[in-house]
Amino acid sequence: MTEPYLSATDMHGGYGKADILNGCTLTVDKGQIAVIVGPNGAGKSTAMKAVFGMLNLREGRVTLGGEDITALTPQERVRKGMGFVPQTHNIFPTMTVEENLEMGAFIREDDFRDTMAQVYELFPAVADKRKQNAGELSGGQRQQVAVGRALMTKPSLLMLDEPTAGVSPIVMDELFDRIIEVARTGISILMVEQNARQALEIADIGYVLVQGANRYTDSGQALLADPEVRRTFLGG
Amino acid sequence: MDILNALVAILNFVVIPAASYGAQLALGALGVTLIYGILRFSNFAHGDTMAFGTALVILVTWGLQAIGIDLGPVPTALLALPIGIALCSVFVLGTDRTVYRFYRRKRSDPIILVMASVGVMFIMNGLTRLVIGVDEIRFDDGARFLVSVQQFRAWTGLSEGLSLRVSQAITLAVTALACWALFRFLSRSRAGKAMRAYSDNEDLALLSGIDPERVVRLTWIIATALAVTAGTLYGLDKSFKAFNYFQILLPIFAAAIVGGLGNPLGAVAGGFIVAFSEVAVTYPWKKIANYLGFQPEGLLQLLSTEYKFAVSFVILIVVLLFRPTGLFRGKSV
Amino acid sequence: MSHTRQAEAHGAWRAPVLFLVLALLFLAEGTFRNALFSGSWNTALGILNMGLISAIMALGVNMQWGYAGLFNAGVVGFLALGGLAPVLVSTPPVQGAWAAGGPRVILALAVGLGTLVLAAQVWKRVPGRPRVLALIAVLVLGFVLYRFLFDPAVAAIEANNSASAGNIGGLGWPVLLSWPVGALMAAAAAWGVGKVALGLRSDYLAIATLGIGEIIVAVMRNEEWLSRGVKNMSGIPRPVPYEVDLQADPGFVARAAEWGLSPGLASGIWVKLLYAGLFTAVLLALILLAELALKSPWGRMMRAIRDNETAAGAMGKNVTRRHLQIFVIGSAVIGLAGAMMVTLDGLLSPNSFNPLRYTFLIWVMVIVGGSGNNWGAVLGAILIWFLWIKAEVWGPELMRLITLPLPEGAFRSHMLGSAPHMRFIALGLVLLLVLRFAPRGLVPEK
Repeated sequence: MTEPYLSATDMHGGYGKADILNGCTLTVDKGQIAVIVGPNGAGKSTAMKAVFGMLNLREGRVTLGGEDITALTPQERVRKGMGFVPQTHNIFPTMTVEENLEMGAFIREDDFRDTMAQVYELFPAVADKRKQNAGELSGGQRQQVAVGRALMTKPSLLMLDEPTAGVSPIVMDELFDRIIEVARTGISILMVEQNARQALEIADIGYVLVQGANRYTDSGQALLADPEVRRTFLGG
Repeated sequence: MDILNALVAILNFVVIPAASYGAQLALGALGVTLIYGILRFSNFAHGDTMAFGTALVILVTWGLQAIGIDLGPVPTALLALPIGIALCSVFVLGTDRTVYRFYRRKRSDPIILVMASVGVMFIMNGLTRLVIGVDEIRFDDGARFLVSVQQFRAWTGLSEGLSLRVSQAITLAVTALACWALFRFLSRSRAGKAMRAYSDNEDLALLSGIDPERVVRLTWIIATALAVTAGTLYGLDKSFKAFNYFQILLPIFAAAIVGGLGNPLGAVAGGFIVAFSEVAVTYPWKKIANYLGFQPEGLLQLLSTEYKFAVSFVILIVVLLFRPTGLFRGKSV
Repeated sequence: MSHTRQAEAHGAWRAPVLFLVLALLFLAEGTFRNALFSGSWNTALGILNMGLISAIMALGVNMQWGYAGLFNAGVVGFLALGGLAPVLVSTPPVQGAWAAGGPRVILALAVGLGTLVLAAQVWKRVPGRPRVLALIAVLVLGFVLYRFLFDPAVAAIEANNSASAGNIGGLGWPVLLSWPVGALMAAAAAWGVGKVALGLRSDYLAIATLGIGEIIVAVMRNEEWLSRGVKNMSGIPRPVPYEVDLQADPGFVARAAEWGLSPGLASGIWVKLLYAGLFTAVLLALILLAELALKSPWGRMMRAIRDNETAAGAMGKNVTRRHLQIFVIGSAVIGLAGAMMVTLDGLLSPNSFNPLRYTFLIWVMVIVGGSGNNWGAVLGAILIWFLWIKAEVWGPELMRLITLPLPEGAFRSHMLGSAPHMRFIALGLVLLLVLRFAPRGLVPEK
């Protein structure tokens, strides 16, 4: 069996003395959508931040495309092909949409106009507002800008921390459609979601985290079909 | 009724002085607002940065004069200005390295940084006194007037005179140039956009690969350049006296807050708002009332000039009461 | 673990040892006569008295900063306002001043204040569009009325015997009574500023207080009817005897002779000792009150708020109101110190109120002493004051030593002449070093 594109195995660690992650393992293959769900306080966002290097692991290792990146800083991981969209404060509010995307491409030395065109193609709604300040956009459009910003580095793995928090169901569906489109271009997706049911619908692989450790791991459809998972985590 | 003379008087005693003073405040407030936007604290040492930088400019000016270099009608200080900026920037970057960086890395409370800036203020104040003393110094050589009262009267035949001093004209021209360059830099260049991005959202800027130390260094250099320019223009316009630069701190802070801390455009607007209010409130309007056909008993001066700082204070209080984020929506609160 | 215990034991002795060192410094100043010390008890006690007053200022600042984390950048203003009290309360009335315009000035001030209150009410009560117009109308009318009442009254008072008076004069009451009055005046000003600037970003209070400080000093410089402005107000009554009276008292002269002192020297020392006793009593009373308050539930809440404002706010504590309380109390203490200082000097000289000296130097005292700790603030105040005064002597001496190898000439004389300015650099360095390497100060908070 070949190693998956992203593999974060047996992660232990936390912010202070007490560990939040107690042996969490996440893997994502090329072009796959992986979704992390679980109850509040299960360490979902922490697990993603650990993958991105925003917290020091006491144990475990993270590899991307076969390369060990456990010791790298988030900035270095961005250069290795990770894109990260934080849950909040994920745009530059007083800068225009276009400038937000430019900042996303800050580390790129080459011509990024093609990438920008692709992002605008993916999100036509924000393409019309490219000269407008991102802070003036609606919630759903801001999330699109945020995702677009992360795509500007042409990442091979895109990580989204609760992208649909606080947006209406219609906007959520739209956003999930876009995420599927992104995945089809070969980009792997790792995302944390509160809206577990809808997210698992589009997931190739789903992780149910409880107390910082994997409880169930299966394809999205299988998890949705599992009566135990449904009863405990999806509300029946 | 003599509207023409009244207008000339307003132009001469209110508009021109307020415009040049406003330009000086605007440059000072721009520095304060940039530092606030990037480093997130109110820099109490800004006034003394102006004083120290201006002292360096004066020393270089004297040096240039001593070896016989001057700019003809334009003050030699303008030639000395870039050197003064460079020297002062080196010092300010030194303070960042030795003082502020430590608290930045620790993510200390802003008020601790304010306190540290008070320490830096003391040191800069002492250095200024050390290198140039506490006396009043005039260093404006070259021509004094672009338009003198006599010339103006001769040209127009009006009884009211109007003068435009070279220092005022230079203040306005240099400020316009500096603002144009700064705003172009912030809106067009990669480094300028990185600064705005950092000011907007520090964490996301880090994720995007923007080097915070570079942004901070750039901010200090730009703020220092603006401060030394403002200080030199102020010194050319009035005169150089170290303590005046401590006092000008209040109107500068008021201007930056009125415009919205962290908002450069607001700082410029704030500078002119404060300056025009200050001059309008402390100017005796009797002369203009006379031209307009009124014969008031008093001077029609709302506030004596000793209280000009009260004007900045009142503006500050009004803004804090009704719109703490400033007229142009800065960050803060 | 033993390391921490050691540190604790070390900490218990720290304050007494430091106070002992301070006492030795004063002893040296009083007894040794050499390049470093004056050998004069008059000088030593003079430094001590101002040191004690500085300690009270530092207590006030420490309450605001140490207890609540509030940055008051206008200490000089509250101090000056407190200093106005002895002039208004205890100097003798000026003949004819009150008749010339006293009631009218009071009325004018009442109208001014009333205008502001009315404006605030209008802003609160009047709805919609007319609000701004009504507000402007109230302010303009109020201002015109105020100036109509105020200007002639002031002119009349200032014209009254303008060579030696020209001010409204005092009430002629005992000077000690003016101390609490000074505290109250400073408290009132602090309430006004705090009401506006607290509850916003922490820097805003610093900037607003910087402004009010400059304005209060400007008012005292320019309003001659109030305290003769820059003409200075001298002859403020004393709570202790005058030296000349003591020297004329045969009993005192006899007792001085027993100690082997000349009447002149003895009277100077005796007066300073009386002042020192008085100031020490006030200082100790304030520390006692402050310590009691700090240990009360109120004080615990205060510290809880300082340590975690968000959490305290989330627990339903009204953070802004608590901050206003402590800000007003701290400013009152500063005002008290101002009144005491003017009493000690017997002189109110508005030109001497320099923010570097009276705002930021006090800050250095608090930071060096140990913010949050009252004894620390006192220690820092007396120590820094001692060094500040002595630096005037030591600075040039040091500079002379440093420049000894230099040839005589313009540069050397410039350096020698600039030595006094080194004080500011030294002070800034001390502040930065303490802030960085010993942020809890000489005597840390328990």
